[in-house]
Amino acid sequence: MSSIPHDHVHGDGHAGHAPHPTGLMRWITTTNHKDIGTLYLLFSLFMFFVGGVLALTIRTELFHPGLQVVNPEFFNSLTTLHGLIMIFGAIMPAAVGFANWQIPMMIGAPDMAFARMNNWSFWLLPPAAIMLIGSFFVPGGAASGGWTLYPPLSVQGGMGFDLTIFAVHIMGASSIMGSINIITTILNMRAPGMTLMKMPMFVWTWLITAYLLIMVMPVLAGAVTMLLTDRHFGTTFFNAAGGGDPVLFQHVFWFFGHPEVYIMILPSFGIISEIIPAFARKPLFGYPSMVYAVASIAILSCLVWAHHMFTVGLPAAGLLFFMYVTMLIAVPTGVKVFNWLATMWRGSMTFETPMLFAVGFIFLFTIGGFTGLVVAIVPVDIQLQDTYYVVAHFHYVLVAGSLFAFFAGAYYWLPKWTGTMYDETLGKWHFWCAMITFNITFFPMHFLGLAGMPRRIPDYAQQFTDWNMVASIGAFGFGLSQLIFVWVVMKCIRGDGAKAPAKPWEGAHTLEWTLPSPAPYHSFETPPVVK
Amino acid sequence: MSAAAPGATPSYYVPQPSHWPITGSVALLLMGSGAAFWFNQYPAGPWMVAIGFAFLLVMFFGWFGAVIGESEGRLYSKRVDTSFRWSMSWFIYSEVMFFAAFFGALFYVRNISVPDLGDIVGNGIWPNYAAQWPTEGPYLTAPFTPISAIGIPLINTLLLLSSGVTLTIAHHALKAGRRQALKLWLFLTIVLGFTFLGFQAYEYMHLYHAYNLKMTTGVYGSTFYMLTGFHGFHVFVGATMLTVMLFRVFKGHFDADHHFAFEAAAWYWHFVDVVWLLLFVLVYWMV
Repeated sequence: MSSIPHDHVHGDGHAGHAPHPTGLMRWITTTNHKDIGTLYLLFSLFMFFVGGVLALTIRTELFHPGLQVVNPEFFNSLTTLHGLIMIFGAIMPAAVGFANWQIPMMIGAPDMAFARMNNWSFWLLPPAAIMLIGSFFVPGGAASGGWTLYPPLSVQGGMGFDLTIFAVHIMGASSIMGSINIITTILNMRAPGMTLMKMPMFVWTWLITAYLLIMVMPVLAGAVTMLLTDRHFGTTFFNAAGGGDPVLFQHVFWFFGHPEVYIMILPSFGIISEIIPAFARKPLFGYPSMVYAVASIAILSCLVWAHHMFTVGLPAAGLLFFMYVTMLIAVPTGVKVFNWLATMWRGSMTFETPMLFAVGFIFLFTIGGFTGLVVAIVPVDIQLQDTYYVVAHFHYVLVAGSLFAFFAGAYYWLPKWTGTMYDETLGKWHFWCAMITFNITFFPMHFLGLAGMPRRIPDYAQQFTDWNMVASIGAFGFGLSQLIFVWVVMKCIRGDGAKAPAKPWEGAHTLEWTLPSPAPYHSFETPPVVK
Repeated sequence: MSAAAPGATPSYYVPQPSHWPITGSVALLLMGSGAAFWFNQYPAGPWMVAIGFAFLLVMFFGWFGAVIGESEGRLYSKRVDTSFRWSMSWFIYSEVMFFAAFFGALFYVRNISVPDLGDIVGNGIWPNYAAQWPTEGPYLTAPFTPISAIGIPLINTLLLLSSGVTLTIAHHALKAGRRQALKLWLFLTIVLGFTFLGFQAYEYMHLYHAYNLKMTTGVYGSTFYMLTGFHGFHVFVGATMLTVMLFRVFKGHFDADHHFAFEAAAWYWHFVDVVWLLLFVLVYWMV
């Protein structure tokens, strides 16, 4: 963001804008949704690399059977913090970054509803990140019970767990405030004429995501608070000696955790729903059904949490209920996938980088969705629980799903954000390198899991060696591919590239493309009228 | 925006850059990491929490002070007011879900884990365990007496219910412009709230010493203290909000159609009231 052009068309009676601080203080005190969006996106990119280093350390250890690089305790911390950092530090903040930049521009609002609270939502994340990363350096090391923090391990572990618990509290507060802000902005600040059913799909998906966040983040806060009191104040929520049950934690955790996976994917659905029509040069096929599908997914996501717990000894009726409801989610998800395909059908398509990532998303996310159906089947899941098959499944939906959609969105909107076109050649290199190395990394994990390799174990039996080597090589390739993305982003920020027109994509029709590129610091102070 | 008030009110007030959020972030970093140090017996821990809390108080005074100043300066249009209404509703919803986690835990231990421990699952390990609620669990031997619902809990129920009534009377007085009645009834509400807290503190001491009911007394003690404790904390927060509102009333703030801060505090107070009714029935009464 090399320059900060001001929009001099002020709203009625607005006494101009006081000069805002420059340098570091601009970013610390900002109440501007675009600045805050940038902060979120850069923070998430940084945490993506932190989590990536942890992942590559895991893959280095797993290159060979036996213990070579790290000791098992540290390996457990690596898997735990890789999960926590990627989920709470990379994917979720990236989604909120897109929301901050795009929602006010897409609905014709001057800013977010609560600009100061918006700043706090972001600036709560660095303290949480300091506590998570810092926990590696305290006695006992970082939390090591898996990102799900199951007791009894999480009750018995050292100080790293306490830091993780408080970091989760702080990130939860950040998410709740961010979500209240997003919901209020969407419900109260749309331009005149923009009815709910005229909102861009990205806005719809975030409205529903924010609802899910407000519903489940407090439940996670409750779960980790019970962990904390079990650890230090002698309560026995998760201790059978006092009448409690470790499985209770799993129920409370997954009541948060399953909607959480949809929190991570729904904004991606929204981004894809913007990009596919733009590059197919056709309106989104079946817009109302897309809205209803997202809402159905959100409702169903609250009723399926125990499919993560098929092996803990649930009653048969519970197993059947959670299996069938889980499979039911395939219906609205299928609606979405087929609508995207129908949007492309007979479209006048071009394949710039955003579209490549969007098509890659549909292809790989669908694979991840199918493996999700496989593990939804109780007898199959009992075999596959905690194997690499599950690792393959959720990386297909989280990396090739959420992350690829964010890459698609970044390429799509970087011209609007920076005023500079991204480098198309580098973008295509990034896509193909990421696409190929992603599959080299994660596709073999299906085979490993089906053959019985357990997850979260630093050592493995000899017969798993070949595919682990392949996966590790792919992982390093995938990590290196991301440097291309950093290069592209740096070039855009430095203005090294063609100047972006207001609307670089001829098929795009949402409101942000009516603004100049880069988008002015203050936009839509007088709301546009939507017909 | 047609809803904008006449005069200097902007169509939507977007605040200037502010250092209050980062103050709060430093506060929570110190409090969160300090608590982790504290619970692991590092002497720096309590100090970090104390300094962090001081930062938090400074943030609350500064930030809310700024909001009150903007509100009294009539910078908030009707549309900003609507934003506040939405956000307070969603905030209370998030609080509902926070309590839902603990009520869910109570449901689970009463209906699933404790019966299981007395059933075929637990019988092999603890054959003599009766699995009767309230329980300290099959292994802990800490006999205790649960509190009767008739007594302090019933008094507290009446206190909170009547505080809801007095607060509503205060609200009506505010809308009718009867400032003296507003001050009186709001003050009475706050007195009722703090009296509730006093009774609860007394009840806790009594339970700890005479009834031997502690947080460490198995799942009954765990769920009892976590649910009533978090509720008590929320009563304290709500009473503090109402106290701030009383100070603002004395300073001449609020009029018949410009008093959302008062309404938000009232919504919160009624929410705390409803949680108490659930507690009274599910925790105290259905022992």
